[in-house]
Amino acid sequence: MDADSLLLSLELASGSGQGLSPDRRASLLTSLMLVKRDYRYDRVLFWGRILGLVADYYIAQGLSEDQLAPRKTLYSLNCTEWSLLPPATEEMVAQSSVVKGRFMGDPSYEYEHTELQKVNEGEKVFEEEIVVQIKEETRLVSVIDQIDKAVAIIPRGALFKTPFGPTHVNRTFEGLSLSEAKKLSSYFHFREPVELKNKTLLEKADLDPSLDFMDSLEHDIPKGSEAVVQGDFMWLLSRCGFGWPCSWDSCSVSMRVLEHPDGEGQCPGGAAQPALAGPHLLPCSPHQELWLHLRGHWREEHGLALHAIEWEPAWMFLNRV
Amino acid sequence: MEDSTSPKQEKENQEELGETRRPWEGKTAASPQYSEPESSEPLEAKQGPETGRQSRSSRPWSPQSRAKTPLGGPAGPETSSPAPVSPREPSSSPSPLAPARQDLAAPPQSDRTTSVIPEAGTPYPDPLKQSSDKRESTPHHTSQSEGNTFQQSQQPKPHLCGRRDVSYNNAKQKELRFDVFQEEDSNSDYDLQQPAPGGSEVAPSMLEITIQNAKAYLLKTSSNSGFNLYDHLSNMLTKILNERPENAVDIFENISQDVKMAHFSKKFDALQNENELLPTYEIAEKQKALFLQGHLEGVDQELEDEIAENALPNVMESAFYFEQAGVGLGTDETYRIFLALKQLTDTHPIQRCRFWGKILGLEMNYIVAEVEFREGEDEEEVEEEDVAEERDNGESEAHEDEEDELPKSFYKAPQAIPKEESRTGANKYVYFVCNEPGRPWVKLPPVIPAQIVIARKIKKFFTGRLDAPIISYPPFPGNESNYLRAQIARISAGTHVSPLGFYQFGEEEGEEEEEAEGGRNSFEENPDFEGIQVIDLVESLSNWVHHVQHILSQGRCNWFNSIQKNEEEEEEDEEKDDSDYIEQEVGPPLLTPISEDLEIQNIPPWTTRLSSNLIPQYAIAVLQSNLWPGAYAFSNGKKFENFYIGWGHKYSPDNYTPPVPPPVYQEYPSGPEITEMDDPSVEEEQAFRAAQEAVLLAAENEESEEDEDEEDDYD
Repeated sequence: MDADSLLLSLELASGSGQGLSPDRRASLLTSLMLVKRDYRYDRVLFWGRILGLVADYYIAQGLSEDQLAPRKTLYSLNCTEWSLLPPATEEMVAQSSVVKGRFMGDPSYEYEHTELQKVNEGEKVFEEEIVVQIKEETRLVSVIDQIDKAVAIIPRGALFKTPFGPTHVNRTFEGLSLSEAKKLSSYFHFREPVELKNKTLLEKADLDPSLDFMDSLEHDIPKGSEAVVQGDFMWLLSRCGFGWPCSWDSCSVSMRVLEHPDGEGQCPGGAAQPALAGPHLLPCSPHQELWLHLRGHWREEHGLALHAIEWEPAWMFLNRV
Repeated sequence: MEDSTSPKQEKENQEELGETRRPWEGKTAASPQYSEPESSEPLEAKQGPETGRQSRSSRPWSPQSRAKTPLGGPAGPETSSPAPVSPREPSSSPSPLAPARQDLAAPPQSDRTTSVIPEAGTPYPDPLKQSSDKRESTPHHTSQSEGNTFQQSQQPKPHLCGRRDVSYNNAKQKELRFDVFQEEDSNSDYDLQQPAPGGSEVAPSMLEITIQNAKAYLLKTSSNSGFNLYDHLSNMLTKILNERPENAVDIFENISQDVKMAHFSKKFDALQNENELLPTYEIAEKQKALFLQGHLEGVDQELEDEIAENALPNVMESAFYFEQAGVGLGTDETYRIFLALKQLTDTHPIQRCRFWGKILGLEMNYIVAEVEFREGEDEEEVEEEDVAEERDNGESEAHEDEEDELPKSFYKAPQAIPKEESRTGANKYVYFVCNEPGRPWVKLPPVIPAQIVIARKIKKFFTGRLDAPIISYPPFPGNESNYLRAQIARISAGTHVSPLGFYQFGEEEGEEEEEAEGGRNSFEENPDFEGIQVIDLVESLSNWVHHVQHILSQGRCNWFNSIQKNEEEEEEDEEKDDSDYIEQEVGPPLLTPISEDLEIQNIPPWTTRLSSNLIPQYAIAVLQSNLWPGAYAFSNGKKFENFYIGWGHKYSPDNYTPPVPPPVYQEYPSGPEITEMDDPSVEEEQAFRAAQEAVLLAAENEESEEDEDEEDDYD
């Protein structure tokens, strides 16, 4: 959610049951303004919050002129003092992927993980137990990164790409019509495209290079993991003049985020769900076998990364909607 | 325009060719008389109907020159008069006769008259006849609408022509009819004479051509405006007849102008964008009823309302406290739910009602209300129970029948554990759900222990449709409504907590039950509760107690001994029963402090907080369940409330894995008959045979009498 229109966004998001208490809201409005000034961001997005056992993390992100450029992530425990998080690296993701369970709410907390490592000493092979210490800050960084990659979405047309490269907010965007909003192809992952490069020329023929420059949700695996939900958000949205309902990815992370970079209308869906349990949970039985099959592949390829990342419903985050 | 009309005309021609064959035969009576003037025409006439449009286009001058006369010149009533005859005589035989006769008298006029007859003649200025005219004229035209305009377009002619003497038109008509009859008579006389076939077709085809020529002229599109007179006149007449203005004659020019101007207004298009019907409209419509319900009730009902309002919880107040805690729905939605709950309490005999929470679904969400009926109001449930039991019996019987024939299976289905009576245990409350405030409330069925047991083993998202099937392993007995009910029972049992001392055990019945069931299950509000300091509530979990009974692993809150019945049924297995004896399972008693709740993998089951660290003196205590993410409780010392909003899933640090299938059951007793063995070798067989023979020999020696029998056996 754009910090400038935080209150509206929170109201739109209230259907999920997660909100901010009045004192948090007030302090966010104040402190994010200062963050924008101090770090000289073009826009500041309130990303959400991650529930910990002891304390909650409040996350904000700063965007530069180019909307798709790497974002800076900040966290705060009291909504007033913000600290910058380092960018996520693959090493961090791999390292923190072994951690399970809930966040504590203390960035300096260290998770302990014992690994069996094979050590060659001459001809003999020993298995040695090594205790790995993982800081919660590392985990926080990698989880935020993964959530961003998996579920940060925007409606088609909200951003446009200029011929010179940078991506800008489309100020003429007024939301999707109902029929468009129901289609998954009308939403894009708000990240650097990954799948788009693998498409054939034929598939790319219909795409508008200024609008369709990101991966659409259409081909996400497993299918049905994103549900465009027209629940109670719907009336809120339409009342405010936005035609698009909230949707979220129920599988990898149960929260789909609609982003209107302009900050006009944003709503988060709910909370996150365990990644791998997804296919079991999906009610669509006809595809279940297929998904289980796909899941197997996933495990091999990205096993480590996905296995440990359980985005539990407990730590909810209000993503930029 | 020409293109569109020409096919119709051709059809007309064809029709008329068919129709007219007979009449023309009759008419031939005249033809020999007039053979001379018509002799030049027959060839042309024949071509006319066949070539249709071509003939017209090839001779552009003819329609113009001929058609001018009927319009321009005051074609007296005489010429148009024959027309009315034709509609009344479907055979249309007389109409051509009349002009044909006139042809003789005034050959140049013949064109004029003929052009008027079939077309201009059919509709008569007399509006009364219009309907009948239409009916008759339709067969001539492909579509009725076309027919209408057709007629109307022709009406101006009689108007124009017969304006002076409309009144006497009718009289004239009669005369004419008389004429026609005369003619017919004469025709019938002449029928005897066989006429020349060629000559018979001359007159009608000529008429046809003139008609077509006239019409073609009228249909000619103006090079300036793109309209044609034919359509313009028909539109004008339609307008006049629809509006029926006074003195239409005087404002005729204005009408003409209006009709022309109408072309510039936007036309009604058959292809229209359908208005997008957002689902929100539907919901808004339904929710409007919620807001109106207060107004509809009269003042008389105030007394009743007072009773009902006792049942209604103050949702907004709880919502305010939960907002301090950072959870809860928006104010608007909460208020709608408030209204929906009011509707529920107004329409049902409800003793107590509570907003339980909201369960999110993939397609829709559930709003859950926890309800306690007034005494003696839940009779329906008893019936349902009986039905369910009957069904169970039927199934088991069917199973037994099969078993008689097949080898008996060792598997004995564990005895179904009966569900708890309403108002006790997991069925203490009744739950109503709806998808949106304003939608109808649906009562959830009571939960049976098997559903709770299975629900603990599966993890499914809710869809939002109560009748959606639950496809899972182990198979879940029921659909989504049952699963929802089971999850609600589990969540309630796990997360409904209250400050210590808020409730106390009922004093009267409490002690007896404690002995009987290992725990008292009734409690009442403690009138002497003085409240607990908020800071104490935050610091110590032992100040919070469960006020909903723990559900045992059996799926019931009160333990049910399933073995007692087994003993009665199967006395043979009594020895076994000793080993099978299940120790009575005892859950933590009611009002146990939550500090005794179990941890999962070092994760504390509860987290307590102060709602605000900035102004702690007015903050409230917030309790957040880590076992059931989404379950919250607050207390400001005196008041408390529980609330759940989430996906209805219990937290587990590990990913969900479905339970492994049970070990394969032995199908039949294993014995020597079915055990696999090595085949005997030749030596072994021989040795066996020798041994047998030796035995037989011995027998023979002993009892020689039986020799014969043994020989038979060997055969």
